[in-house]
Amino acid sequence: MTDVAAPGAPENITTSDGVPLKVSLARATRRQRMQALLLVLPLLLFLLVAFVLPIGEMLFRSIYSPIGPDVLPNFSKVIQEWDGEDLPPESTFEVFVKDMTAARESNEIGKTVGNLATRVNYEIPGSRGLFTKSARKVKNITEGPYKEALIGLDKRWEDQHIWRTLQRISSNYTMSFYLAATDRKYDENNDIVMADPLYQIYLPIMGKTLWLSALITFICLLVAYPVSYLLATLPLRTSNLLMIMVLLPFWTSLLVRTTAWIAMLQTEGIVNNILVFTRVISEESRIQMIYNQTGTIVAMVHILLPFMILPLYSVMKTIPPYYMRAARSLGATGTYSFVKVYFPQTIPGIAAGTLLVFILAIGYYITPALVGGSDGLLISNLIADHIKKTLNWSLGSALGAILLAIVLIFYWIYNKLVGVDNLKFG
Amino acid sequence: MVRFQNVQKSYDGETLVVKDLNLDIATGEFVTMLGPSGSGKTTTLMMLAGFEPATHGEIYLNGNPINNVPPHKRGIGMVFQNYALFPHMSVAENLAFPLAVRGMTKSEQEDKVKRVLEMVELPEFGGRRPAQLSGGQQQRVAVARALVFEPDLVLMDEPLGALDKQLREQMQYEIKHIHESLGVTVVYVTHDQSEALTMSDRVAVFEDGIIQQLSSPEELYERPKNSFVAQFIGENNKLRGTVQEIGKDKLATVKLDSGDMVKALAVNVSSKGERTLLSVRPERVAIEPKKTPNTVTLTGRVEELIYLGDHIRTRMSVAGHPDFIVKVPNNAEHHELTQGQTTTLGWQAEDCRALDDLAA
Repeated sequence: MTDVAAPGAPENITTSDGVPLKVSLARATRRQRMQALLLVLPLLLFLLVAFVLPIGEMLFRSIYSPIGPDVLPNFSKVIQEWDGEDLPPESTFEVFVKDMTAARESNEIGKTVGNLATRVNYEIPGSRGLFTKSARKVKNITEGPYKEALIGLDKRWEDQHIWRTLQRISSNYTMSFYLAATDRKYDENNDIVMADPLYQIYLPIMGKTLWLSALITFICLLVAYPVSYLLATLPLRTSNLLMIMVLLPFWTSLLVRTTAWIAMLQTEGIVNNILVFTRVISEESRIQMIYNQTGTIVAMVHILLPFMILPLYSVMKTIPPYYMRAARSLGATGTYSFVKVYFPQTIPGIAAGTLLVFILAIGYYITPALVGGSDGLLISNLIADHIKKTLNWSLGSALGAILLAIVLIFYWIYNKLVGVDNLKFG
Repeated sequence: MVRFQNVQKSYDGETLVVKDLNLDIATGEFVTMLGPSGSGKTTTLMMLAGFEPATHGEIYLNGNPINNVPPHKRGIGMVFQNYALFPHMSVAENLAFPLAVRGMTKSEQEDKVKRVLEMVELPEFGGRRPAQLSGGQQQRVAVARALVFEPDLVLMDEPLGALDKQLREQMQYEIKHIHESLGVTVVYVTHDQSEALTMSDRVAVFEDGIIQQLSSPEELYERPKNSFVAQFIGENNKLRGTVQEIGKDKLATVKLDSGDMVKALAVNVSSKGERTLLSVRPERVAIEPKKTPNTVTLTGRVEELIYLGDHIRTRMSVAGHPDFIVKVPNNAEHHELTQGQTTTLGWQAEDCRALDDLAA
């Protein structure tokens, strides 16, 4: 706004010394700007080291996989020239045998035949043994014809699929983790196809994550709206008490709250005991409420509720009671006034709350891990599995990147619908 | 049209905010409830609008008791202190709101909205949001919204409080004109006495939950019934004294605390020996007055002179009161006064009203 010259104003206004005004202004405010920069510098550095770099590294890892070139450096170069028909030429086999022999003797971390075998195994499940077995025997092949000798070690070396896969992973960069993360794979002809329905896990879990997050967000909204309304309209003393009741769980450790739900909801837990005691249900038909989706939903709604209440409250607090009175005086019933006058004014709060809760829910880890059982697991639990158990970091990274993309897409849609400037977080 | 009968209101069950209110408002009348904050005037308005239930007593609208009628069925237009224009609707949508509620067709709504916008001289503003209007424009829209569904009765709760002085005066006339041209009954709440005097047919002065006086602006100013009204409306000189005698002509002889004897119109003093507060308007006091049988004269010392153009505001010490104000008109034959000068001043006995002494 400020750098747009007013119509008719002379261009290039100068100070009395003849220095252009903008230059002079920039000089005058430079010190201030430097101070501001210095103040945020620690945070910027922290964010860079603790946030931007690790995330960047993870994202990079999801497409960068140098195992092929690392373990088989020479082979990775020559295999590129193969046209993919029949089998690679004899010379390529020779390079492969020599590279394998060399790799067998190397024990540099991340560059062993074992690493290669694992990598190929991601692409062709069950192929691991072929590599480890062949690596042991390959040093006996000292002269040609290498092709026959290798096939003599194991018939599977005759399979085009192996060589095509080796050709694919001979590049430093790969799409295969993203394919795996979306339940797709390369088939024998190098075409991208859906994985066997039995092995399709990520897309259904992602769908379930989205669905559960949406459901949790919706329940949170339903529960939080009246509470926020009370908070915003009750007299100060009562509303302060209510606010403490909202915030107290918020200040309690996440783990404590989640375990409290286990105590509440388990089959021998408080809720079931009360139901049995009051004879609502019989001893035999105790309800399974935890270690399944129900457990995840209940516990997560409870944990995420403050993130819905606070933005809603902060918006409702700014809506004076006279709007409703005005609507009533103009002839509207209470319900009509609420729908037409009060509710529309709370939309910025609803938008902020739902966005916040949804984004938090979509990446939630601890609660579903503790109370989710097997069918209450979310995508973040799978990511954690790949990072901590299977050690397939690249696949974990690819899943994480997809999750990040989903969040950004939702944020973008929200921005289109409500406008981020309108959001009120409290 | 509107009738309050023995209405009482308490919020906490311990104190009465409105004490035994009786008030009749005729159709087409412009009645203002005037009073300091906390005097019960807004509470009375809210009871009439239906937002606060009366604790005791009955309110009638067109002869029907309305205590159990919810606000949206009372059909009373209301202008709020902060306008209460719905921020998420355009001006036209705001104006159409009461019409849509009443089930009017779109074309009827548009018609009425157009007409009411013309009435408040904002014909081009239908598409704007309230936030894009100035305070005065918002005020007009608020008035238009309270009138668009053609109620017989419109309530206004300090509608001009948020405007600056000049705009406020202009809006006073506009509201007055709208009232006159439409013939609606208006109940207006304000704490600004000049607003009340300018606009109203009758003014009800509220204090402590009681209507202290209900009369025309002229009556209110010229003949306040008690010392609260005298102090609240306009400027007043106060002299304290004790009643010596009340004559047949309603003129009381009062001995001031300084020892001077003066005559004053007995308004709400009844017996000899009673403490009283004499109240006389600054513009009724003359310097070196011509003697007539009913002239009261005292001597005073000029303490301060403030030149105000059309008159000179003179602060004098009179009968032991150091802040006795005299407005000396700046006309051809006015007396030249200097600070420290002692002079006589006087007024007609019936212009001085012997009222109850609040402090006593």
